[in-house]
Amino acid sequence: NAANAGGTDAVAAYKAESSYTAPGKQQGVTLKGKVVNENGEGLPGVTVVLKGTTKGTSTDINGNFSLTVPESQGTLILSFIGYTTQEVAIGGQTTFNVSLQPDTKTLDEIVVVGYGTQKKSDVTGSVETVSSDDFVKGQVTTPEQLIQGKVAGVQITSNSGAPGSGSTIRIRGGSSLNATNDPLIVIDGVPVENGAISGSANALSMINPNDIASFNILKDASATAIYGSRASNGVIIITTKKGTAGQKMSVNFSTQHSLSTVPNTVDVLNGDEYRALVNKYGNAEQKALLGGYNTDWQDQIYRNAYTADNNLSVSGAVNSIPYRVSVGYLNQDGILKTSNFERTTLGVSLNPSFLDDHLTANVNFKGARTNSVFANEGAIGAAIIYDPTRPVYSGSTRNGGFFQWEKDGVFNTLAPTNPLSLLNQRHDKGEANRWLGNVQLDYKFHFLPELRANLNIGTDRSDSEGNVLTDANHSPNQWKVETISEYAQEKENNLADFYLNYQKEYTSIKSRVDATAGYSFQEFISESPDFAFRNNETGAPLGQEPDYIPSHSQYRLKSYFGRLNYTFMDRYILTGTVRYDGSTRFSEDNRWGVFPALAFAWRLGEEAFLQNVNVLSDLKLRVGYGITGQQDIGLSYFPYLARYSRADNSAQYQFGDTFFPTFRAEGYDENIKWEETATFNAGLDFGFANNRLTGSVDYFFKDTKDLLAQITVAAGTNLTNRLFTNVGNMETKGLEVALNFEAISNTKLTWNIGVNGTLIDQKITNLSKVDNPDFAGYDVGGITGGTGNNIQKFAVGYAPYTFFVYKQVYDEKGNPVEGLYADTNGDGTISPDDRYLFKKPAADFTLGFNTQVNYGNWDLSMVLRGNFNNYVYNNVYSNLGARQSFSFANYLNNVSDNVLETGFGTNQYFSDYYIENASFLRMDNISLGYNFGNIIGDKVGLRATANVQNVFTITNYNGLDPELGTGIDYSLYPRPRVFSLGLNVNL
Amino acid sequence: CDQSLDITPKYDVVSSKVYQDFNNYKPILAKLYAGYAVTGQQGPTGRPDILGGDEGASNYLRQYWQAQELTTDEAVIAWNDGNLRDLHEMDWTSSNEFLRALYDRIFYQVALTNEFIRETTDAKLSERGISGANLETAKKFRAEARFLRALSYWHALDLYGNVPFVTEADKVGFFLPKQTNRADLFKYIESELLAVQEELVAARQNEYGRADQAAAWTLLTKLYLNAEVYTGQAKYTEAIAYAQKVIDAGFTLEQEYDHLFLADNHTSNEIIFPITFDGLRTTTWGGMTYLVHAPVGGNMVPADYGINGGWAGLRTTKNIVNLFPDITGNTDERANFFTDGQTLEIKDVFTFKEGYAIEKFKNITSAGVKGSDQTGDHPDTDYPMFRLADVYLMYAEAVLRGGSGGSMGQALGYVNGLRERAFNGTSGNITQSQLTLPFILEERARELKWEAHRRTDLIRFGKFTNDSYVWPWKGGVEDGRGVESFRILFPIPDTDLTANPTLEQNTGYTR
Repeated sequence: NAANAGGTDAVAAYKAESSYTAPGKQQGVTLKGKVVNENGEGLPGVTVVLKGTTKGTSTDINGNFSLTVPESQGTLILSFIGYTTQEVAIGGQTTFNVSLQPDTKTLDEIVVVGYGTQKKSDVTGSVETVSSDDFVKGQVTTPEQLIQGKVAGVQITSNSGAPGSGSTIRIRGGSSLNATNDPLIVIDGVPVENGAISGSANALSMINPNDIASFNILKDASATAIYGSRASNGVIIITTKKGTAGQKMSVNFSTQHSLSTVPNTVDVLNGDEYRALVNKYGNAEQKALLGGYNTDWQDQIYRNAYTADNNLSVSGAVNSIPYRVSVGYLNQDGILKTSNFERTTLGVSLNPSFLDDHLTANVNFKGARTNSVFANEGAIGAAIIYDPTRPVYSGSTRNGGFFQWEKDGVFNTLAPTNPLSLLNQRHDKGEANRWLGNVQLDYKFHFLPELRANLNIGTDRSDSEGNVLTDANHSPNQWKVETISEYAQEKENNLADFYLNYQKEYTSIKSRVDATAGYSFQEFISESPDFAFRNNETGAPLGQEPDYIPSHSQYRLKSYFGRLNYTFMDRYILTGTVRYDGSTRFSEDNRWGVFPALAFAWRLGEEAFLQNVNVLSDLKLRVGYGITGQQDIGLSYFPYLARYSRADNSAQYQFGDTFFPTFRAEGYDENIKWEETATFNAGLDFGFANNRLTGSVDYFFKDTKDLLAQITVAAGTNLTNRLFTNVGNMETKGLEVALNFEAISNTKLTWNIGVNGTLIDQKITNLSKVDNPDFAGYDVGGITGGTGNNIQKFAVGYAPYTFFVYKQVYDEKGNPVEGLYADTNGDGTISPDDRYLFKKPAADFTLGFNTQVNYGNWDLSMVLRGNFNNYVYNNVYSNLGARQSFSFANYLNNVSDNVLETGFGTNQYFSDYYIENASFLRMDNISLGYNFGNIIGDKVGLRATANVQNVFTITNYNGLDPELGTGIDYSLYPRPRVFSLGLNVNL
Repeated sequence: CDQSLDITPKYDVVSSKVYQDFNNYKPILAKLYAGYAVTGQQGPTGRPDILGGDEGASNYLRQYWQAQELTTDEAVIAWNDGNLRDLHEMDWTSSNEFLRALYDRIFYQVALTNEFIRETTDAKLSERGISGANLETAKKFRAEARFLRALSYWHALDLYGNVPFVTEADKVGFFLPKQTNRADLFKYIESELLAVQEELVAARQNEYGRADQAAAWTLLTKLYLNAEVYTGQAKYTEAIAYAQKVIDAGFTLEQEYDHLFLADNHTSNEIIFPITFDGLRTTTWGGMTYLVHAPVGGNMVPADYGINGGWAGLRTTKNIVNLFPDITGNTDERANFFTDGQTLEIKDVFTFKEGYAIEKFKNITSAGVKGSDQTGDHPDTDYPMFRLADVYLMYAEAVLRGGSGGSMGQALGYVNGLRERAFNGTSGNITQSQLTLPFILEERARELKWEAHRRTDLIRFGKFTNDSYVWPWKGGVEDGRGVESFRILFPIPDTDLTANPTLEQNTGYTR
């Protein structure tokens, strides 16, 4: 559906090209013809021009044209956006039947940038476009997964295998520590809220991936600086599909059915192995606790799960109003029992133009409702630790029939809970509605067509609600009645943008100018009412009744921005941008920040000295530098303001007989201000052999200063111990390479290969307000086991989240010696001071590889991804890897197979033995399609697909899955292996 | 639409306005007290006061208790949490997260109280039109804030010694406070307590939960009793004088020893200054929730303690058990050990069943009724921070240590008063000759074990670090051994040394 991408500006550009009119006075030869598309359908709106003249016309609704030319000689040029332009020699003929072929590359020619579009050749920054043809295929539920593995420097890690769950997106590793590292996401011109929506697995999953036409990823400062204060972590611009002018109505229906399976489970002992171990090492009391069963708890909680995804879209143009309407319905079961995600979406876009095409409007509406059943993911951790010698059901009717650890008939609160009971006796449901709409008006001045005014009014709203019911007989439910806890949320994000754009070609001085200046205002509001925790049978509140004061947050951003693109001789391109941003998060004195960027591109390939190098088709050098900002410190909305907050009713204090909800003075930093990231980028875009091999190489260096970091304040000086303030620096440098190779291209067979790779090196260079070489850094990375244990650090000179561990000592056989560590500081004793910084979760190198083969009606595509030198703390091994698991009074916990290797008695949480190299190579996706072409009297296009996702993973990592954003592996919802079959029908 | 960037929070109150309304003063004062009990603005967890580590574990009372008890013969804990074991093994370092949490809590209290004192000066009160009865009340509040600040600074003095010093004269922000030393800090606390004693509500006349003059006098007594440790200069005479003031104020011993630690202990006339808790309205995973749950495990039945389950952590060493010739509690009812299924010896600190458990704090009332939280998570039991029995023993000790103004006879009477209660009669009474300093240390353990006095007591008696007195796993070995004498002070946490490089680490610690 290539013709749908590009956005308003692309449409406008097309219209400009097609506004040729046939000469009024007809003389000479009249040529007639029909232009058809690849399916043989008449193609309306195709521009037909006699080469070297302004004589031209466009095809009618059936694809027919008629053009009068002086003589039956010369060449006709037939062009249509999204199709390869064809030249046809007239050679005395008067009738023509021409078939235009879709051109996937045409799309790439137009790049959507902030507040406008640019020709790819004019782009000076690091921008990458992925359009629908190149999207990841298969069961894709959430938009970002469409481009997983496709873009150099963009790492997309799905957060879990739960249905509808989101991903962590990192562009060039991110630039912040405690402020958000998420890129800014702009959908059809509306920057969207990236925070969670209550009652929905993930806010982005409320956008139907089937409605998306293209992703434009802005990576370096010169590309992103137009978004100023929100640009430090890159910008992803999503453009949705639209109808096109002159297009006849087309209907597309697709249906996809998938089976999700459990790829593998965590290795723990089975009942017999566990009995043998406890009988060998346990005391009499522990042995007495053993049961006689062989229960595979993981087998109990997982299932094969079915997903259906149906989408219907209708697009075309009515009375020159292009439209597209789509509906989608997804019903996805998760492999963890009870989990389900159901989504209904409606998308409408209208792109009419008025006043002789001087005014174009772009109206978009996207609505979604999701209904989620969130399985209690506590069952995942419980299933690996639960005693395998115990049965699922006790045989009695108590506790809903489930076996539970009890003593004298009372549930043992320290023991884990029966995993299946966690799933079946707790019911967590949420419903969320989100709608995203905007109206964009673009007016080309009548008296000055080079000048455009663009107004964009948009909103992004959600309302959601949900509740958690817990059965009366669920053992951990101390209330012994069915309880309900409810929540609700309303979010609102309102946008108003206005900009002027001036484009002019000065042919005499071989210059082109494209200037933009604008204003933007955006406000984010979120409110959640307070609910009582209640008895679901009587409705009576349980425990302390709340004060019913809602939680509320609000912030505003106001901006002025400008951009100037100057192109000289089509060869030398200079781009300057600046944004002046204000945020309510900062005090009046620090509220405003200036974020400039400058970039230069040199299209070397156009230079005379390279014109004779035949093998070279294109070569462009880009260099850019810019400063971007960051203000998003999550839930801290007034970090500069001295204020008092009221406690809720369960944290009151008693004076006499009265309880007072306390007033707390909040910590604040009146001087807090913007975080700034300076980015240098140098890149080379190239194409060889008629662009059969294209690619780019980019080097970047980012230096973040005034990091919005949460640091410890000197004791007693502020009203809390840790506070957001501007402190410290972080450096990120890297190299990205992207290559696309058209290995074979002929009418029968095409074979394309895409490879991208990214090297990233990130380290914290300063973290304290005052210089202190001894500074040990901040503990981060909470683990499972014990209370408040952390395994990672933010430390100067190291990557964020570097592991902080003891150096394990091994015996002569290479086995770790329990509790024996190296005296790394040489003070003669082993103390916490001997922990050292060792490895990090982020990969040094990430690789994406994709390939597509078309043979006749068949096509086959694959996506392969790899991460190298990413390390993981195997928390399953450390928490289950010791016989301490069965040393607790009155219950037993299972152990990992790892116990048999280490023989550890007591958990050694901080040993570097558990830090494993989790490099991996994953076959993400294999997809096979067959195109039946047009059937049923050539009216219906039919395509069938078969797809496997998460095909295999090659790794030395011992745990379940090596791909973990956090670097700590405990109870990941397994990413399923998905088998899909799909049909696509085109009318 | 409104596109102004001048917006303020919808529900929070901007500080410049909060003190305009006198109705806000008491809720602000309540927070100063609540800082010892809860961990944040949402119970039992959420919107924490301080960050870093587990919120419940960062609770002031929980960490104060652990610092005073886990480092001694009175308590061991079975949890393999971070560097928790180092407390009992006495090899903690400046990166110990539990000692850091306590330090952060102490200075959080200092900062909060400073803020209140700064905003309630006479000048500010008058500027805001607070007058008449409100003005008198505001001054009482301010005196209580100064008492609470002195209390936390005393904790700092006792535990960390040479700490940064911040008062209401410093503004909130980012600066590097100067480090004080033990002698100067002693003088400051003393002067503050002497100054506020008259401004506070008279002894036993304030609302329950709020500090009165007796609370200040008790703290002065504790300060003076340990003055020799803190400054090298003995102040036993002063200790006697202030202990006497407390004793004369009309507090009486609770008849039943056990009732001091139950869910209705707020009715006790023995408790001078409590930290209050409530199963529904003052909830936390630290504080009394910790003290009621953590000691329950093994064969103990949680319902007997008014809770839904034990946390199987705390037990005691044989040193404490051996202070009682009869451990059944039938003779001296303070022998409240739980022995069923427990061993006296501790081979493995991480096994709950090794070491006797102690039954002391419970979430049931003296009438045997479970506390108000139906789930059995959070107790109603209040924490007796200061109580009369402690003052009696301090009086006796100060007399024995040569302070003047008291009498040996009175001292003996006070001590025997405690023993009569414990023995339900005079069978346990001692004679004048038996009233010696070693006896006092033992008696304090019998009477006050698990009430967060032990570390301070052992230091005052010179038995905390050296090998003259050892207990199981002192120094990390089963039989116990002496450790370096510098460990009578905890290290300044490395986090603060980083934030404030002008600070010097306490002697003996590497960083």
